[in-house]
Amino acid sequence: MGNHSRSVMPVVGRSLPRRDGTDKVTGAAKYIDDLVFPGMIHGRTIRSTIPCGRIRSVNLLFDTTGFTIVDHHDVPGRNIVALIADDQPCLAERVVRHFAEPIVLIAHEDRERLLTAEVDVEYEASEPVFDPLESPKVFKAIGINKGSIDAGFARADEIVEGEYRVGHQEHAYIETNGVIAVPEHGGVTVYGSLQCPYYVQKALRVVLGLPAEKTRVVQAETGGGFGGKEEYPSIIAAHACLLAMKSGRPVKMIYDRAEDMVATTKRHPGIIRTRTGVTRDGRLTAIDVDVVLDGGAYMTLSHVVLSRGVIHATGPYRCDNVRVNGRVVMTNTPPNGAFRGFGAPQTQFAAEVHMERIAERLGMDPVKLREINALRAGDTTATGQILGRDTSALKVLREAVARTDFRRRRRELRGTNRGLGLALFFHGAGFTGAGEVKLASKASLELTEQGARVLVASTEIGQGARTVLAQIVAETLGVPYEAVEVARADTARVPDSGPTVASRTSMVVGGLLQRCAVEMKQTLGRLSPREYLRRHGPLVVTKEYEAPTATAFDEETYRGDAYGTYAWACDVAEVEFDPVTWEVRPIHVTAVQEIGKALNPMLVAGQIEGGTAQGLGYALLEDVVMRDGRMANAQLTNYIVPTTMDTPTIDVVIVEKAYRHGPFGAKGVGELPFDGAAPAIANAVRHLGFDVRALPLTPERVMNAPQIAGAGR
Amino acid sequence: MRFELNGKHVDVRAHAMKRLLDVLREDCGLTGTKEGCGEGECGACTVLLDGQAVNACLVPFGQVRGRAVKTIEGLRGRHPLQQTFITEGGAQCGFCTPGMIMAAAALPKNATLEDVRVGLAGNICRCTGYSGIYRAIEAARQKAEGGKAAGGTTKAGLPRRSPKGEGGKSARGRRA
Repeated sequence: MGNHSRSVMPVVGRSLPRRDGTDKVTGAAKYIDDLVFPGMIHGRTIRSTIPCGRIRSVNLLFDTTGFTIVDHHDVPGRNIVALIADDQPCLAERVVRHFAEPIVLIAHEDRERLLTAEVDVEYEASEPVFDPLESPKVFKAIGINKGSIDAGFARADEIVEGEYRVGHQEHAYIETNGVIAVPEHGGVTVYGSLQCPYYVQKALRVVLGLPAEKTRVVQAETGGGFGGKEEYPSIIAAHACLLAMKSGRPVKMIYDRAEDMVATTKRHPGIIRTRTGVTRDGRLTAIDVDVVLDGGAYMTLSHVVLSRGVIHATGPYRCDNVRVNGRVVMTNTPPNGAFRGFGAPQTQFAAEVHMERIAERLGMDPVKLREINALRAGDTTATGQILGRDTSALKVLREAVARTDFRRRRRELRGTNRGLGLALFFHGAGFTGAGEVKLASKASLELTEQGARVLVASTEIGQGARTVLAQIVAETLGVPYEAVEVARADTARVPDSGPTVASRTSMVVGGLLQRCAVEMKQTLGRLSPREYLRRHGPLVVTKEYEAPTATAFDEETYRGDAYGTYAWACDVAEVEFDPVTWEVRPIHVTAVQEIGKALNPMLVAGQIEGGTAQGLGYALLEDVVMRDGRMANAQLTNYIVPTTMDTPTIDVVIVEKAYRHGPFGAKGVGELPFDGAAPAIANAVRHLGFDVRALPLTPERVMNAPQIAGAGR
Repeated sequence: MRFELNGKHVDVRAHAMKRLLDVLREDCGLTGTKEGCGEGECGACTVLLDGQAVNACLVPFGQVRGRAVKTIEGLRGRHPLQQTFITEGGAQCGFCTPGMIMAAAALPKNATLEDVRVGLAGNICRCTGYSGIYRAIEAARQKAEGGKAAGGTTKAGLPRRSPKGEGGKSARGRRA
């Protein structure tokens, strides 16, 4: 390529404006409910009203003229939602295992008639299970063993034990789940609010019994996901397709907020019991953790959520003797699923509050305890992974402590209604274990007259994927940022670059695109894109994932490299306690986060600020009240997510330490920021003297908490 | 029913009890106004009614007779906030953005951070943690005041503008 076409300014590392910005600020962006197709009708789901039992009969109490009605008999393929286990029916047949389980689908062009149509389902109820500790069914159990747990405890001077509990959390993306299914060419095309077009396609192929080319999935602009549109869209898409294929008309299904909240997935609740051996001078000699996650009625992604949960259960600490036993179990509640952090927030909440309790027991400065035990380059994790040079636990801890003048501020606040706490945490980037190798993701780059077009199934869900991927390609190819287009995520046009999850898009898919761009640049030689196209015709470069090193991970023994690398962070939170209402309010949060390389600092800051705010909601406000297996507060009126009044100033400090296999050194950033907010808040509340070991930290929990001896106001 | 929509006099036939939100989206073809909850909690459907921010999901159409409604489309892409929401990271998934911008547009010009917080308390954003939104509002105000240089403490105590990272090799912490 001629030097004339080289961009002068670097593209990577700049806070370039997001690609989809103009459409979003003008209202021009088309989300799923903004789309209309000729002849389109509306679909609705009739759901179970009991948590567990047999269906005796289904009675349609309305004039069915003009309605399309679908039940499990209408499923042309297999009646399952294909994911990890084939345990979840697309439409219930004889039994229901949770409240709001789909049984019948109805569609009509008149929404009023649709919404007033009454369906009566008679059941033979059976005894539900709500307590995960009483569950008769284990979906998956995982054990991690390192060194000798008994020898570790034998060397301990003190043993600290505790149980920690975390509840459900609702994604509360502002756009609810929705799709439109359009029957065409003997198959169906689905447009939807979704994160993973190829997950949806895989599920549709099984339910509809159609080949890939007859099940096209196109992402509409998506109003937030956070994991809530990872696996769930497969269900709503399958439902809309069944109605579309039976009626022969396009079918739109948009959940209202209440339906979205009662029926779709949530973050897994957990019960984490930790027992730690420590020497008098603060060295961890043994960590023994028992993790129980509540999976809800079906497996969904629970197996993988548990996997990430147990791997992160020790926190970012070195210890020669570790035992982690985890299991995810069935309860008669709507299935829980992917949510930003994916098991790691649950276990790291426990790990960091436990760490604080160890410091209290030893009478040791909590920073010093963490400094002694923080993982360093060359250390091994619980799975035996040897950490590389980009191990920044100490660095982020010291940076956070220095920036907040942590020790002095803690002393200053003693005896006041304010508390200060910190959390040190980490997050493995990309799929766990052999996940990336198994996925074998592909990304393509197509030469255009001006530059190149990115072809990936990775979706823009607000995180800035379109922008960052274009930056990586522009920089590598040596063309201006504007010369790189990003194609819509459409299974008919783009290869399967894997799901948009696990903080993997920039690091893994960006890495694939960087390799595509390197090859494309070599192929072009001295020719400009236009010249090349004239002389040689179209050029598309495709690359498939290759494991960067011998990242062998044994899924039987849970030994080996669990992740390509980890991102590291430390949050410091200052809170204020109201002695009248017992409310705890966050006053200020400092988030120091090492993410390899900030490809676009503005977007990185957006991830850290937004992830921290969601974590603050998890810490203090977001309380899913389950009553008889049903979410009792399924509306934004009483399921409280942070507003401007609940969200403090968040100081973001981005630390860069290049990961050698990430594009320009980048690691994943999407999930990391979520993990630390809740333990930092809980530890600030400990500083106030309240021993709270469960989330969220509601006024009731704080009021009923035991006082911590020698601490607090 | 006659009313003013984005500066033009219009006559729209729809039931008086139909939600203004649905009239805008279905009868007027203006889909920039979004539905997030349908119960006045999230603010995604915020429009201006005679200059005041309201939730269009709670306004029966009959109430807008003879009044002026302004939606995101009515800003015609020329409002300073529409630029700064892009440059300052005020928009991520974008679903709350039209309502958020309309609510921000209704704030007084000299709003302090506390005023902004109170003024936007009815608009939920699940992506940004609001920091980018505050930066966008501050940047728009600075633009309106004649494009003062970024950075430094602002009069109202609003957050400083985010620096345009230039991708240095520094491994030291960098404020964003």
